[in-house]
Amino acid sequence: MHSRRRFLLSSFSSLSATWVATHWPGALAAAQHAHNSAQSATPPKFEFFTPELAVEADAIVARIIPTDETPGAREAGVVYFIDRALATFASDVQKVYIEGIAGVQTRVREMFPGVDKFSLATGEQQDLVLDSLEDRAASTDRPFAPRSLAPNFFETLREHTIAGFLIDPDSERRGNRDGVGWGVIGREREHTFQPPFGHYDKDYPGWQPVRKDPEK
Amino acid sequence: MPPSEVKYKTSDEVDFVIIGSGAAGGVLAKELASNGFRVVVLEQGPYLKEADFVHDEVKVLQENLLTNHPELQPNTFRKTPDAKAELQRAVAYGRCVGGTSVHFTANYWRFHEIDFLERSKVGAIPGTGLADWPITYADLERYYTKVESEIGVSGLAGASPFDPPRAKPYPMPPLPVKSCGVLFERGARKLGWHPFPAPLAILSQPRAGRSACVNCGFCYGFGCEVGAKSSTLASVIPQAERTGRCEIRPNSYVHRIELDGAGRATGAVYFDEHKNTHLQKAAAVIVCANGAETPRLLLLSANKQFPNGLANSSGLVGKYLMFNSNARSVGLFEHSLNDYKGFVASRVLHDFYELDPQKVGFYGGGTLDGRFDYTPYFFALTGLPPETPRWGRSFKAALSHNFTRTMEIHCTGTSLPVEANSFSLDPELKDAWGLPALRMTYKDHPDDLKLAHWLTERALEVLDAAGAVKRWSRPINEQQFSVHLLGTCRMGSDPKASVINPDHRTHDVRNLFLCDGSSLVTSGRGQPTMTIQALAFRAADRITALARRGDLRS
Repeated sequence: MHSRRRFLLSSFSSLSATWVATHWPGALAAAQHAHNSAQSATPPKFEFFTPELAVEADAIVARIIPTDETPGAREAGVVYFIDRALATFASDVQKVYIEGIAGVQTRVREMFPGVDKFSLATGEQQDLVLDSLEDRAASTDRPFAPRSLAPNFFETLREHTIAGFLIDPDSERRGNRDGVGWGVIGREREHTFQPPFGHYDKDYPGWQPVRKDPEK
Repeated sequence: MPPSEVKYKTSDEVDFVIIGSGAAGGVLAKELASNGFRVVVLEQGPYLKEADFVHDEVKVLQENLLTNHPELQPNTFRKTPDAKAELQRAVAYGRCVGGTSVHFTANYWRFHEIDFLERSKVGAIPGTGLADWPITYADLERYYTKVESEIGVSGLAGASPFDPPRAKPYPMPPLPVKSCGVLFERGARKLGWHPFPAPLAILSQPRAGRSACVNCGFCYGFGCEVGAKSSTLASVIPQAERTGRCEIRPNSYVHRIELDGAGRATGAVYFDEHKNTHLQKAAAVIVCANGAETPRLLLLSANKQFPNGLANSSGLVGKYLMFNSNARSVGLFEHSLNDYKGFVASRVLHDFYELDPQKVGFYGGGTLDGRFDYTPYFFALTGLPPETPRWGRSFKAALSHNFTRTMEIHCTGTSLPVEANSFSLDPELKDAWGLPALRMTYKDHPDDLKLAHWLTERALEVLDAAGAVKRWSRPINEQQFSVHLLGTCRMGSDPKASVINPDHRTHDVRNLFLCDGSSLVTSGRGQPTMTIQALAFRAADRITALARRGDLRS
């Protein structure tokens, strides 16, 4: 819990006294803020989804990053992340979600007559439905890179699911609950690290110059 | 230590108004204010502080906390001047106090002698405007040294046998090695090449009241919450403010440089955050708005006297845009590198800085660095091998296995200056303030693409030699988006063939100066910010000398 605060406090030990003296008030405010948001994240309440839509969205994200030996999108609370996203930074794609989820239901009934909802289909059926919706060309690239101007439902939901699974758990986004997403990929929860960092640098002997003239 | 609260009235004629507070503007503000001048810096973005620098990828990377907003400031793009430009984000740059230096990667090696003299050395290249700079590496050496000490650069002098001469060692040792650096070094040395510790504008030791890097892992794209990344926000801007003569005025979007009847600049016209218009009067104007916005501002400032745009008698404002050719190869290793910890680049090599066109079949040169610059979210979107399923159990398994075991080799190199590659004003599209939007025209010179492919082959060789269990390259396409915005108001001695003179003074307006990526004559081999800042320190000396002898008010 509150690892953001832990970051700030623990990082002081490696910082100069001058830095602490000049930055303490801002850092303290940030820590307090993180503390508040961590506490306020506890009772989940939907801001955009109806309970019915939330059930369907949750069923879809659980196929994008499934629960197996390790936690998946469901345990990370991704549906809450998406709900808040649709009420805040992604409010421009609310319609994409409403129409997209309706489209998924239509597709379910077309492909599997008798199955009424995505959430009632078997895992295998659900994957076949999602397969039919994937559109790689509509996906995003690197940070800042141009994005598709016409959002595709599946691709948008896929991106949101990944973001909700892996976002900084101490942010205000309600994603990556308890840092489970970072746990799955092996990212430690801290925000300050000391070398050695990994397997290959732990026995590094230090910089050794090579005595050799370059061929110019 | 609160910053000085000096405030100037817009009707006060200050000595200098500087447009943009980024890599160059921050340096000029500090230098000129320290030299006794009264300075107003107009920054279009907000004044954010370290407490605002969160690790929330959505807020920072998608909501553009630190960068220009594509919704408010749309761009258009086309490959060639005969095509119609379409709506598309074409540039990303810092839009906050400190500019792009707030979120950059902080690779800080110096340009080499060759970068200033390529035209003389290789001759004309058809289809390009390749030219020598009017200054040399020797002219800039002391200013590179100044950048290293005043901004704060960590590195190891003499570690690269290709380094140009330097007067002093780095003021701080290099940052600790990362596993990507060890592997890069291992592979490159097996191949007989000369990797060296990456020089970075990140503090490896506490310095000047700033913390050393705490290796948080949210570096590229993010602001540094402990002030270890040597942005102008963390380094020179507080110093500028402490002189008591420099006002940093955020949320001030300059859209015209005002001239009097005699053709002298009288100040800068800007929108405040409520879209009210003001004119800040100044004896001289220095534009440091970056390689996209500087030419755009000159074009927006067209008037009867300068119908083609201010300081554009050469017709070259906005032309010869260069990005730096680039490519990436990715390697997967047996054990965990945990390269998400720490800064981005760990080892660099300059063995291919000058390639022999006779041998390789194209003109250019470049560098490789061993790095990891993915946040968890962007790694999941783009860091896995191309054939990996994009969702479901196998996707999750690959993500889980690869995140800690992946590194990249980033290749950067020359872009040749092609006149048609340019920024101009879109004839139709407007931004949220009703101003013509930025239009980019760009098509890589064929040699730039050949270079990217060639460097990628070398990167794969390094990964193989380092023992990667799997490696691949990201596709190399013609570029239509960039963060390196270079060459668009090039420096030169001939007013017909350049926009500014070696003092950064525009050939056409005596008290108007330009200094940023737009000043560059050639692209270097990537990582241009250090050179931009060396130019800014030098420009400050030149402009101070001109001002002291009364040359700016005559």
